Parts: sequence; structure tokens; C-alpha cells
Amino acid sequence: MYKSLLCLRYLRTRYIALASIISMTLGVATMIVVNSVMDGFSTDMRTRLRGILADVIVETNSLDGEPVTKDIKNSIQRAIGDDIAGMTETVEIYAMLSVQYGSQWQSKPVTLIGIDPETKATVGPLAQYLEHTKDNDIPNWELSPEAMAYRKEWTTRAQWMVERWNHNPPPIEQNEQVSFEEPVESSEPLPAPKFANESETASPFDQTPKPKGTHKANPTANPFGEDLKVSAFEEKEERDPSSPLPGRVYIGYGLVSFPYEDPETGKTETFQIVKPGDDVKISTVTAGQPPEPTHFNATVVDLFKSNMSEHDSSLVFCNLEYLQEMRGMIGGGEKSITSIQIKLKRPEDAAMVVSKLEEALPASKFRVRTWEDKQGPLLAAVEVESAILNVLLFLIIAVAGFGILAIFFMITIEKTRDIGVLKALGASSNGIMSIFLSYGLALGLVGSGVGVIVGLLFVRYINEIEKAITWITGRKVFDQRIYYFPEISTHVNPMMVFWVAIGAMVIAVLASILPARKAARFHPVESLRYE
Amino acid sequence: MTETLSMPHPQLSAIAIEKAYRKDKHKVPVLRGIDVDVQKAEFLSIVGQSGSGKSTLMHLFGLLDSPDIGEIQLEGQRIDDLPDHARDQIRNRVFGFIFQFYHLLPELNLLENVLSPLMIRYSTWEYWKQKKKFREDALEIIEKVGLSHRIKHRPSEMSGGEMQRAAIARALIAKPQILLADEPTGNLDSSTGKEIMNLLTNLNEQEQLTIIMVTHDNSIAAQAHRTVRLLEGQIEVLGKSHATSVPA
Repeated sequence: MYKSLLCLRYLRTRYIALASIISMTLGVATMIVVNSVMDGFSTDMRTRLRGILADVIVETNSLDGEPVTKDIKNSIQRAIGDDIAGMTETVEIYAMLSVQYGSQWQSKPVTLIGIDPETKATVGPLAQYLEHTKDNDIPNWELSPEAMAYRKEWTTRAQWMVERWNHNPPPIEQNEQVSFEEPVESSEPLPAPKFANESETASPFDQTPKPKGTHKANPTANPFGEDLKVSAFEEKEERDPSSPLPGRVYIGYGLVSFPYEDPETGKTETFQIVKPGDDVKISTVTAGQPPEPTHFNATVVDLFKSNMSEHDSSLVFCNLEYLQEMRGMIGGGEKSITSIQIKLKRPEDAAMVVSKLEEALPASKFRVRTWEDKQGPLLAAVEVESAILNVLLFLIIAVAGFGILAIFFMITIEKTRDIGVLKALGASSNGIMSIFLSYGLALGLVGSGVGVIVGLLFVRYINEIEKAITWITGRKVFDQRIYYFPEISTHVNPMMVFWVAIGAMVIAVLASILPARKAARFHPVESLRYE
Repeated sequence: MTETLSMPHPQLSAIAIEKAYRKDKHKVPVLRGIDVDVQKAEFLSIVGQSGSGKSTLMHLFGLLDSPDIGEIQLEGQRIDDLPDHARDQIRNRVFGFIFQFYHLLPELNLLENVLSPLMIRYSTWEYWKQKKKFREDALEIIEKVGLSHRIKHRPSEMSGGEMQRAAIARALIAKPQILLADEPTGNLDSSTGKEIMNLLTNLNEQEQLTIIMVTHDNSIAAQAHRTVRLLEGQIEVLGKSHATSVPA
């Protein structure tokens, strides 16, 4: 009884001891914040990675792909037929994406994935990631009415430009930039644009690769090319140029949008250079040996935004059949693919499914992996980072433990005479020891308790706090341009909070063992005489 | 007195006690062969100059320390060689301690200080079961020492006399058989000291409580039934070769 009473009284009256646990509180709070942020980051990343990849992926060893024969389909069905919740075939290949902004072309390396949206939607939440598609809709390759209207507007304008250009070639002397102003009713010839070199004059509609040596072209030549082919104006006699091209793509949001800080408001705005309805140029290689370069134009149907910047700035989804056709993967009545994505009824069976598929499919042609295997290095990096941070942060709590140790020694010295009195009144050495051990435990409880509360509040309001710190320091703490996510995502794991709190309390108790033992060993007579 | 002397065993005995303190390699003898018997309901005072060993003798009686040679006996049973937990129990149940500097626990109020021996004796559960009774007992004792108006006060809020009375109340709550008082008036003015002595005398006379009091003040010691005078660790020889006591 006296132990708990004295322990509580010491807790209330010895503020110096409370000061010693501030570092413990901060350590606990920091561990909770860091773990929650890392966990949130990891969870979000896993969700998004998995959303894009599906549970199990069968990949061909060659980028040329393999035809999906009946045998292969049957093998898969026989091996894991009961486990399949959804399955889709894709062609995945590296490519260059070229988009035009103003008079400039921008090219970027991308991963081009040919998909069938309907089946793709059965293995992952594709619609959720498409900007202009409702979450419940099944994604398709049709342009939305808004995109069509936008396309009609710009193709009409561009067509007019081409016609005027062909009609009135620009004089050599003039040195003006291309102007896409509204057409005006005038009998005067339009001012002709002039380009510094051929590369700038390339038309967005110019599909046909030019022979080598032609890029130092005559500046008076029609910059849109003489024979416009697979573009909005291909077969212009037969088809409406405003109708979308046979190649359709969902483009990663990060590939065509650029965040910038508005100097007036200080907010991060996004500048978008491609909208659904625009055309882009894609260059890749054909299947077969040796791979030959091939390129085609495609109409942007939607923007893909998974909020995972690595994907958003590298993925372009294309209609599967068109990509197969452009890469020459259709032959003998069979279409080749490079991967089969499989969603399982029970994702936890992924490892078992992988081993079954490995047995069923020829290893020379296919390799089978779970999405986690495929993203192994990224996931492992996050885990390693998290583990190292935990070790470092736990050291902070350990340092706090030494603070408690030092202050406890001071308190036991200060309480020497009281310890003598307690012994004179019949308290046992164990009783004295347990006063200080429970005092340590109580301090640990308070320290880690407050730490847990502070940590959880910090996690709850982390984005507000980030904004406040950004406002105070004038420097962005969490820059969306650098990280994968638009805002700091967190996930609080109750077991993590529990173990961090327990760990802190154990350290507090361990730190109080030495002083408590010392107090218990005080000689009562010496203690009573202590001045 | 005659009746008590006729008992087969004295209530408390020190038999051939020797005690020395060691500082580095030096041995400082404090008690050099002490024999003292204390009878039940006796009020014994131990006097002597500073360093004569009187406080050490009292600590040995109260099992706060162990003799190098000799025995402490309670009712004829040796108690100085008992294991620690048994010694703790004897200190809690048999002895009540009063110190010169009161030694109240500063974090506890008067009532809690008085109740502390019972808190030490009982487990939390047992204490809570009897809490009401203990509190009533404590209030009764506090009233007896005249501190009813101070029960919620901390030691730092009380005067020296009040603190000593509180210490006496604390010593009495466990209903001890023997009260060990180490210079109980040493830190008090003469009138307050007199009050404390009256309190102790009354306890001895009315409740037949055995009291062993250490003091260096002969006038205080004179109020006891009997005085043992120590000189350099031995009972002072007063005409006899081995006088164990002088009449009060």
C-alpha cells in the first residue's frame, strides 16, 4: 500500500523526474509518427502497386511475347482454374512518348502497356485511376463527349491551318512563330510561321518517318509534311479528321502535367499540356529479330492518375490489339502477349498459385511472379528504411532511459533518510526497491502515454502541421513533386503503438532497477543519520 | 516493578553486546560489552555523552543494526540473528520508533504518516478492507496527541512539537510493545519537550508501554524509572564493578 502511495506522491512532487521523461515522450511520439507515415506510405504504395499489377503475373521471357495458345490457356485453367477471380492479357514494352506543346516536342521514355480495359478492370481498380472515368464504370477506349468536342475544335482549327499553309506557303524572309490564332476572314495570305530547324517544324500530324538526311529541310517546305498519313488527317478523303485515331491511350498524369508553385498564391498548381482528345506520338520496337523501330499516333482517351508518381510519370496504356498490330505480334491467327495478370479469389494463396503455374507452364517461355516479387526491391527498400529508422529512434528512448537512471540516482540519494525511516517502520528491502521500480514504471507509463497521445495527434493532423511548418519556414516540408503521393498518408498500426509504448516502459523500468537496488541496500542506521 | 522483575525473562535484553564501526582499515569500537535488561512496562533512559554509544545501543535494540558480538533477546528469544523479513516484521509489530528529527515522510500528510506502519504491515487489499477501522484508530491516536486539527497537513506545515507528537502517534498506531525514543526532546524547546515527556510518561503509566529513551539530558532522563549511563561504550561504573543500572 505504502509503495503505491509513495510512488504516486513522488510522481506528483518530483517534477525533475517528469522532465527526464520528456525525451522519452518525444521518442515515443516520434516513433509513432515515423512508423505511421512509413506504414501509410508502404500501405498506399502496396495498394497502388497491386492495383496496377494484380496478384500474380505470368511474364514471357522475351519482349517479343508468346502467342496465347489454347494449350497455354488450358494449362492455366487446369492448374489454378478455381483460384482465378479475374485474368487479363497485356503487352508490355518500353517506348518513347512524344507530345507537342506549342511548337515544341517533348519526348519521354515510358512503359507502354497494351491492355483490354474490360478484362483489366477485373484484375485491378483501373477505373479509379482514370481521371475522366467514373469509378463504377467499366473503362473503354471511347472518347467522352467533352473530349470529342475538344478534339473537333482543335482538329478543325488545325485543318484550317494546313489548308491555308498549303495554299499560301510562307515567304523565306519572315521570321515569326507559328500562331494558332482563330482564323479570320481575310483575303490576305496568313503570316507564315518560320522555324529554326526541321525538328521544331515537325507536325503533330506527321506520322511517316522521314528518310535520313531530310531533317535539314527547306524551310519553305510544309512543316506538316507533304504526305500526312496515320494522323488526324490520314485518309482525310475517307474519314472525318476529328474522329479519334485507331490507337488509343491512357496517359500517365505525371507525363503530361507539371506542378509549379504559383508565385502569387504560393500554392502548387498543375500545368497540363495534354487533354483527352489530343493526339500523341508513340515510338517503340516491333517484335521479332532484330527489333525494328516503329511509331504510331494515338488519341488520348483519358489520363491515368494512381497518385503514385513513379507510375503516373512512366505508364502509358494502349489498346492491346492496336499495339499488337503495330508491333507485328499478330500472325497465324494468334496474337502474342508478354504477360498475363491474374487476380486471385484468395490473394494470400499467391505463393501456392505461383508454384502451380511454374509447374504448368514451360519455364523456357514464361516466368511467374507475385506482384510483391516483381516490386521486391522497392518494397524491400521501404522496409529496410523503416527498420533502420526504428532502430535509430529506439536509441532516442534508450538515451531517455539513461536520463531516468541519472535522475533516479539523485532521487534515491535525496530520499536516503526517508528510506531509513521506512525500514525502521518495518519496510522490507524488496518493498523499498518496488517503490522505485513502480516509480520508474509510473514515469514510463506517463512518458509513453503522453508520447502516444502526442504521436497520434501529430499523425491525425500531419498534413495541417506540414502546412503550418511550410507557412512558418517558407519552405516546403512535403513536396508533392518529389514524393509518390499528393499528401502525407498515414496508417496507424495499433500493435506498433502498443509495442512502442511497452518498449518505452520497459526501458524506464530497466533504468530504475539500479537506483532501486541501491535504495534497497541502504543501511537503515546510515540512512537515518544521512544529512 | 517488583512484579515485572519476578518475570522469568526480561521483555528485552542486550547480552554482552559489542559493536564496532569500520572506516577503511580502522576499527572504531562503539559498544564494548553491554548487558542491559528491560522489563515490561519499564521506562528506561540511556544517557551518555556524544559518541558514548547510546544511539547505537538503541539501534541494536530496535534491530536497525546487528551486534558484532552478543545477543538481543525479546522475551528470552534471540532476535538479532533472525532473517531480514523476520526482523522487518518485529520492527513493524513490536517496536515503535521516535527520532530526534521526527523523520516524518514529507510527501505524506499527518494522517498518512500516522497510518504508514499499517500500510507497511498489510497488503494493499488487506489495508483497503480495514481502511475505515485503521482511520478511526489513527484519528483516535491523533486526538490523544492533540493534533486533530492537523490531519491533512504536511510535515513542512507543522511545528517541531507537532511533528514530534505526530511521530509519537505514528509509533503508537501499530500498538507496539516497546517504544524506542532517540532524543525525543533533543530538537525542541524546554516547554514543548516537557509536553512530549508528559505524553511519554502517560503512555508508560496508563498503557503500560515499555519505553527505552536515549537522551543526553539528565533532567529528562530523571523522569524515567531507571537510567543506564554509558561511557565510552560501556555501562558507567558507579562504585560497583559491573553496575548495570542506577536507580532513577
